[in-house]
Amino acid sequence: MLKNITLGQYIPGNSIIHRADPRTKIIWTVFLMITLFAASNIYGYVMMIAVVGIILLVSDVPISYTLRGLKPLFVILIITAAINIFTYPGDTELITFGILRITLEGVMQAIFIAIRLSLMVIIGSILTLTTTPISLTDGLETLMAPLKKIKVPVHEMAMMMSIALRFIPTLLEETDRIIKAQSSRGADFDTGNFLEKAKSFIPVLIPLFVSAFKRAEELATAMESRCYRGDINRTRLKELTYTKDDRKISIFLSIFLVVFILSKVYM
Amino acid sequence: MNAIVVKDVKYEYINRESQKPSRALNDISFFVEEGEFVAIVGRNGSGKSTLARHLNGLLLPTEGTVCIFDKYTNADDLIWEIRSQLGMVFQNPDNQIVATTVEEDVAFGPENLGIEPKDIRRRIDESLKKVNMDRYLNHSPYMLSGGQKQRVAIAGVLAMEPKCLVLDEATSMLDPMGRNDVMKILKKLNINDNITIVLITHHMDEAAQAQRVVLIDEGKLVLEGSPRTVFAQTEILRNAGMDIPQVSSLYVRAVEEGIILKSKMPVVLDEAEKVFSGYNFLAKGHTTPPELDTSTVEKKKVIEINNLSYIYMPDAPLEKQALIDVSLDVYRGEILGIIGHTGSGKSTLIQHLNGLLTPTSGSVNILGVVPKGKALKELRKKVGLIFQNPEDQLFEETVEKDIAFGLRKMGLSDSEITERVTDAALTTGLPLDVLDKSPFELSGGQKRRVAIAGVIAMAPEILVLDEPTAGLDPAGSAEIYQFLLKLRKERNTTIIIVSHTMEDIANFCDKVAVMDHGKLVLVGKTREVFNNKDFLSQIGLDVPQITELFYRLNKKNPSIRKDILTVEEAVNELRRIMIN
Repeated sequence: MLKNITLGQYIPGNSIIHRADPRTKIIWTVFLMITLFAASNIYGYVMMIAVVGIILLVSDVPISYTLRGLKPLFVILIITAAINIFTYPGDTELITFGILRITLEGVMQAIFIAIRLSLMVIIGSILTLTTTPISLTDGLETLMAPLKKIKVPVHEMAMMMSIALRFIPTLLEETDRIIKAQSSRGADFDTGNFLEKAKSFIPVLIPLFVSAFKRAEELATAMESRCYRGDINRTRLKELTYTKDDRKISIFLSIFLVVFILSKVYM
Repeated sequence: MNAIVVKDVKYEYINRESQKPSRALNDISFFVEEGEFVAIVGRNGSGKSTLARHLNGLLLPTEGTVCIFDKYTNADDLIWEIRSQLGMVFQNPDNQIVATTVEEDVAFGPENLGIEPKDIRRRIDESLKKVNMDRYLNHSPYMLSGGQKQRVAIAGVLAMEPKCLVLDEATSMLDPMGRNDVMKILKKLNINDNITIVLITHHMDEAAQAQRVVLIDEGKLVLEGSPRTVFAQTEILRNAGMDIPQVSSLYVRAVEEGIILKSKMPVVLDEAEKVFSGYNFLAKGHTTPPELDTSTVEKKKVIEINNLSYIYMPDAPLEKQALIDVSLDVYRGEILGIIGHTGSGKSTLIQHLNGLLTPTSGSVNILGVVPKGKALKELRKKVGLIFQNPEDQLFEETVEKDIAFGLRKMGLSDSEITERVTDAALTTGLPLDVLDKSPFELSGGQKRRVAIAGVIAMAPEILVLDEPTAGLDPAGSAEIYQFLLKLRKERNTTIIIVSHTMEDIANFCDKVAVMDHGKLVLVGKTREVFNNKDFLSQIGLDVPQITELFYRLNKKNPSIRKDILTVEEAVNELRRIMIN
């Protein structure tokens, strides 16, 4: 179960997407998400799928790995799709069950919503799978640098985020280990009603929190020992610079955006 | 110039439990010269880590001063300069790596110092080369082994170009290979780059490689001197909970017994080889050494594993075959040791014993049942599995409740539970007055006992322990093994121990199974297995130091036995060949 979470993992590679500046990737991720919500007809969705597919292909990230990230989303997908099927108002009736009406429009809407959610996760995954947490947060930090003027602790927030991402695999592994250890001691996570099941996770959560705090303390000590003192007089190994790769990506996606807008206006 | 000068340091802190000030360091004074290699040793809780944290100003002394390269740690404006000159590496490699690629992590220190990017790049390359990790530049540290992670952590400190390196139990979580690599690198840094090294450890074979040893106990400096002079004070060391390397201990015993004359005490293997091969041995031929007492071992199989294979994440990009065609039988009352590198499949194997994993192919039969489905609940009461660092799994408000956790799940009566909890606490050597305390208030060694007691209380027929003594000092480890032996004697419990400490395996196990790359490559009586020294070193495993010594002596004089397992056996063998 825990192994299916792909968000926040980084897969090393040397594709154009990997090489691109994190700022380019962040900005275009935001734009693609917005376009996704603007898509309202079949042409829009087809175009979105095509462009996300192309990005996925050139990113060198194993497609199966990205799709696995959708698994935890499955239940949510089914529920939202079901709600849409039964509640979306439409005229082309397919089946009627008493007060439940299923219409063609409803089915279409349900499919669209499912695609929209899936694409959102995939777009987000591509960003994190191809960008190390450090360059991701470096990118965010530079993009949000203007906020420093109004006393927003941008650097600290970026550092917190990058550490959180860095510890995702460590804590997942730890959770797995604790679950196994407590099962060996006779804990039972599968039987009982909802309340009992929730309670059975206390023996997992408490040790997990204790260990997370311990890790936090040790990490803070180690960072301090390595002369970390916030944003004071700090340099970067990788200065962010826009390159040819960024121009290529931006030109490609700009063209897509223009076509998308035109299609929305004329179709 | 002195690298470190510690003068009359006292350190007090407010004890959380009693709300009274406690003294962790008591009038400690010592110095380290530039270019020295010093080991600070002491048992768990002796104050050695508190001392380490004073060396770069993470803690400031309540009284006294600490001076690093002529800079006092309590001067605010110098602290960053001190920390860039005295780098520190900590125990847990996972908790000191900040970034998600090796390169970015090594860059972290220099970035904080405001070094130019071009210069950072050069420092990354140089320091990764020094720790032999230059091939892993773009790897994710998460995928590296413990030893490799720790080398990355050292590189991260080296990139700040420090003059002194302090390692706070940095080897205690590593396997023998990882530990060897780190020790080699430290010696090279000390000799080639003239970096002062302060190694904090409770492994005396590591301390033996230092120029000077400082022994700390109860916050005081107890002994100081060359490894030879410190190791000669056996009485003081024992009182401080420390032991000495097997070869030194053999020398001490042999002198006591009048078998050899007093000369220079050997502290490392090469020295011991010289000392003991200097004698003319008279005896010829062999005698059979005494076998371990296995009278309690019954002829009844409790574990039967046939052609077991296991694949992690089949059909995924990270698919990994963790076990290949493993067949193994274990009999009631046996103590089986499992050895092998990290990643050789040991953990995967033991997780099959109580059905946490089910075989991809092959069969597992435990106490006559297949660990699967409905049978699991019953089986897990009979097979106690204790993972590495089990103290991390404690969660209840009191020690008593934590030990009782499994018992309550078994649905026993309150009186039975109380009785079993008390019994388990006594077996593991826990004082009964800790039962009402919170497990989080206890020391590391005591927490470990609480976790083990929780499993022993369920009265398992089979007890499986993964690295039961990891991180414990010599005295603490010895106590764990003592109660395991007692458990076997009193209840005839079958015990399986996974460990990297070959000395412990040789001392306590009847049988040893050797794992390599997912295969069971060797299994047999402990003596037979360790007699295959050449094969074991081929797959990168060590034998106990004393076994290695007699293997070498045997090469020079074939009438000396080479299958020696313990110091006691070695003393007897020396007596035989010297007196005849």
